[in-house]
Amino acid sequence: MASQPARPGGASAGDPSSAAGAPLLVAEHAPLVVVGAGPAGLSAALAAAKAGIATVLVDEHPVESALMGLDVPYHFGQRMNAAVQSKGRMIERIAETDPRLSEAFEAGIDLRLGTCVAGAFVSGPSASSLRKPVLMLADGERSWLMSFDRLIVAAGARDLGLGFAGWEKPGVMGARGAMALLRRYHAFDGRTLLVMGSGAVGMQIAFAALDSGIAVAGIVEIEAAVRGPEAMRAELARRGVPFYLRHAVKEAVGGAEVEGAVLLRLDAEGRAVAGSEARVACDTIVTAIGLVPNVELLDLLGCRLAFRSELGGYVPELDEEGRSSVPCVFAAGDCAGTFEGKLVDDNIARAEGALAAAGAARDLGAVAAPPPESAARRHEPGEVHGYWQAWLAAEIAVGGWDVTVCQCEEVTRRELVELRPPRYLGWGGSQVAARNIERLAAEGPLNQDQVKRLTRAGMGHCQGRRCREQVQMLLAIAGKVPVAAVPLASYRPPVRPLPLGICGPQDEPREIREHWTAWFNIPTQWTPHWEPTPVAGSQPAPDISGLGGPAPGDER
Amino acid sequence: MSASSGAEVVIIGGGVTGLSAGWWLARAGLRVLVLEKGIVGWEASGRNGGGATHSFSPFFLEEQRLWPQMDEMLGYPTEYRRQRIRIALNEVQWSRMMRSVELAERQGFAWQRLDRRQLRELVPLVGDNALGGLLLDYGGHANPQRTVQAYAWALQDHGGRILQHTTATGITVRGGRATEIVTDRGVFGCEALVIAAGPQTGMLAAMVGAHLPLAPARVEMIVTEPLPLMRHGGADGNGLYGRQTLRGNLAYGGGPHEWIELEGMATPPRVVTPLFRHLARRLTELFPKAAHARVIRSWAGIVENTPDGRPVIERLAEPGNVVLATMSSVGFGLSPASGRAIAELVQHGRCLFADVAPLSLARFRGLPSDWRERLGWIPAADDEAGGIGAA
Ligand SMILES: Cc1cc2nc3c(=O)[nH]c(=O)nc-3n(C[C@H](O)[C@H](O)[C@H](O)COP(=O)(O)OP(=O)(O)OC[C@H]3O[C@@H](n4cnc5c(N)ncnc54)[C@H](O)[C@@H]3O)c2cc1C
Repeated sequence: MASQPARPGGASAGDPSSAAGAPLLVAEHAPLVVVGAGPAGLSAALAAAKAGIATVLVDEHPVESALMGLDVPYHFGQRMNAAVQSKGRMIERIAETDPRLSEAFEAGIDLRLGTCVAGAFVSGPSASSLRKPVLMLADGERSWLMSFDRLIVAAGARDLGLGFAGWEKPGVMGARGAMALLRRYHAFDGRTLLVMGSGAVGMQIAFAALDSGIAVAGIVEIEAAVRGPEAMRAELARRGVPFYLRHAVKEAVGGAEVEGAVLLRLDAEGRAVAGSEARVACDTIVTAIGLVPNVELLDLLGCRLAFRSELGGYVPELDEEGRSSVPCVFAAGDCAGTFEGKLVDDNIARAEGALAAAGAARDLGAVAAPPPESAARRHEPGEVHGYWQAWLAAEIAVGGWDVTVCQCEEVTRRELVELRPPRYLGWGGSQVAARNIERLAAEGPLNQDQVKRLTRAGMGHCQGRRCREQVQMLLAIAGKVPVAAVPLASYRPPVRPLPLGICGPQDEPREIREHWTAWFNIPTQWTPHWEPTPVAGSQPAPDISGLGGPAPGDER
Repeated sequence: MSASSGAEVVIIGGGVTGLSAGWWLARAGLRVLVLEKGIVGWEASGRNGGGATHSFSPFFLEEQRLWPQMDEMLGYPTEYRRQRIRIALNEVQWSRMMRSVELAERQGFAWQRLDRRQLRELVPLVGDNALGGLLLDYGGHANPQRTVQAYAWALQDHGGRILQHTTATGITVRGGRATEIVTDRGVFGCEALVIAAGPQTGMLAAMVGAHLPLAPARVEMIVTEPLPLMRHGGADGNGLYGRQTLRGNLAYGGGPHEWIELEGMATPPRVVTPLFRHLARRLTELFPKAAHARVIRSWAGIVENTPDGRPVIERLAEPGNVVLATMSSVGFGLSPASGRAIAELVQHGRCLFADVAPLSLARFRGLPSDWRERLGWIPAADDEAGGIGAA
């Protein structure tokens, strides 16, 4: 349709029930918001504050214990103790663990702990009613909007989830969840822990456990050699940690909770060696196979993302300063891409944070100190999905296809690749049986969102955190395409599962209440279509101004 | 690709309207090809509330007749459930509800009043703020995503073809007939053409010389984590439409829509704005006992409206082998019937089960060219929007 001339009488003159007439309810404004108080975010916020920019630094930790129970934002595996129920105490603990938080506080940074960013929004071709960029923030009591001029997303990474029989039992968790409970919350509730994955992340967990007086039952690795630094391996071996090389976890065993793991040996071709079952006693199994950048806010904002295996999968396209394709948004730290080197040396993330701060400061008319020389160059990141897929293949080799992928919606690997309708529909029949991922792939590029709609995998309360990448890899296997060919499953707000009562605004402004309609405000839409409308009846110059009244029985 | 790779009937648009039409035609033994620029059902058809209760439509009776049979006819599940419950929190909402049931009653459908206690038995999530409700012994709801895939698969099972990721960019008219569809993946010949391309239907209609006035808009919905199943999932009200899914999630929409512009055939970004929060608030009012239920997702879809908000379904006089179809933003529930009507227009030149004359384009003759401005159905003015956020 032709472009529209400016409308007299303001944006809401014509259709007050449209978004153009709805006030935004912005509660506060910040020139710069930094999301995430890890090394990258803290460094960004400190650099910006030193440059004189009023900076808000938001971090969701300590997370509400109810969210932890849902495995948000990490796979906590119900391994937190009762201490996490006291938010005040947790805030103190977290502040104590990281001295840079008090530094931030002293630097005048507006530090918001225990506050999550549930959504991020900028105007665009189909959201021109949104007049300024805003974030949706939420704590345990309410949600609200904060507008910003510049945003630095330093939201970190989460664990790659990997299923095996019994992984839905309490006691199976991710490395990030374990690390947070051990080191930040001091609220870890396990006594003996088994680690899957022998990279730096897995070995760090082992050290963190040992340092907290928790036994390490072993480190399981599908490959023939330990993946992480030799020095770490040697030290763990010295402290008596067994390494189960060329092994995979067949099953988590136990009653209500994990009591042990059954391991199976793999031969040189990655096949399970029959009769090689070994049972290892443990109450916690930690998956530490890979890290996935937290790009959900960047995806919501429409930042261009690209698949780069060496950086952990889908990551934002950034310029040298970390500016994304959406000019007011920067990314730094693990959410801009993770690799082992970055994990062991947090100077890289700090440098990225400072760089982003310099870019944002310049935009805001200030000058931030030049960031230190990035340490990133010293590391040569390699692709990771080959290794991740090898783990998945090993788990399939030892556990088969009838293992849950999506815990929330109870979807198994087999149900996923056979595109089975969810069990509660009790749908059989030959027509459905003839449909599967392979056939779908023949009809066009596979799309995880489409498969999600059909199988429900990834549709649950953990918002796909535990199964996204597994589903992506299973689609690649079943569809016989590279992982990179499976597009990112979309993220939608709220990116943290918020109770209805918190997700909504405290009040509904008059402009919205008075003009609220269930569906468009077109009265003739709801009157019998066999009766003529004013438009049709009044030739040659129909008066359509009367179409704007309140809808009668808007019915769907 | 040559024109010989076409089909007897080519359908542009793989939403519920085009797919249902294609399925009816394929069942009738015609060779059908659906061209879809993305994935089947990816637009409004897979993003809607799933409501199937449209007493104002000439297709109402057929909608009500067909839905209970759809699972069996298609061979795939649609999650259809019959009946609806409407809930009123105040007198204004009561009187609106009443008007819609009166229209259905005149067409022979029954409904009954529910006092607060009866309502609570069927819909335990309501609170003391509910005045009461109506139980409609007609209407229903289905799962749009499953339904759209069911149409697509059933169409294929009857020998029809679907080409995804194929955008129609031109239509060749020769001797008063549409003969070829030009796409980014070759040219496809046809004997008959159906244009059921949602918001893009207007642009495609213009290629065959028809003026179909449409205004596209973006609308939002939210969904919660699953809750225990209520006896009646098809319950809505308080300015919201939606349902409890068979899985138990509350999926609801309503409130402000955003008028947008199309730039070519691409569908504009289906972004969600902070307005989605108002849905959570309204839903908490409707179901106070669900205030703790967590919102786990939201989404947006793009729909189109004609100036009177009513569908256009018409076989053109010229070129005579073209059928235009837009459901004007209310097309999911009616799709079993709208597809059948379109199929009959293709096969017989007229709809055998309903009078589609009121849905003809003729009613917009004399429509002023600035009708969208007059109605205010246009995006927020540029100078007020965008700013530094705009990429
Ligand atoms: C949030 C929401 C809630 C709704 N709730 C309800 C409800 O409860 N009940 C109800 O009945 N209706 C509802 N609707 C409306 C309903 O979804 C639509 O009216 C219906 O899906 C329209 O179907 P369609 O096939 O006509 O159009 P679409 O679904 O828009 O499909 C058109 C297809 O054509 C394709 N296309 C476009 N241009 C081209 C081209 N040039 N070449 C190839 N392909 C092209 C598009 O990609 C698209 O897939 C709702 C809609 C939304 C968004």
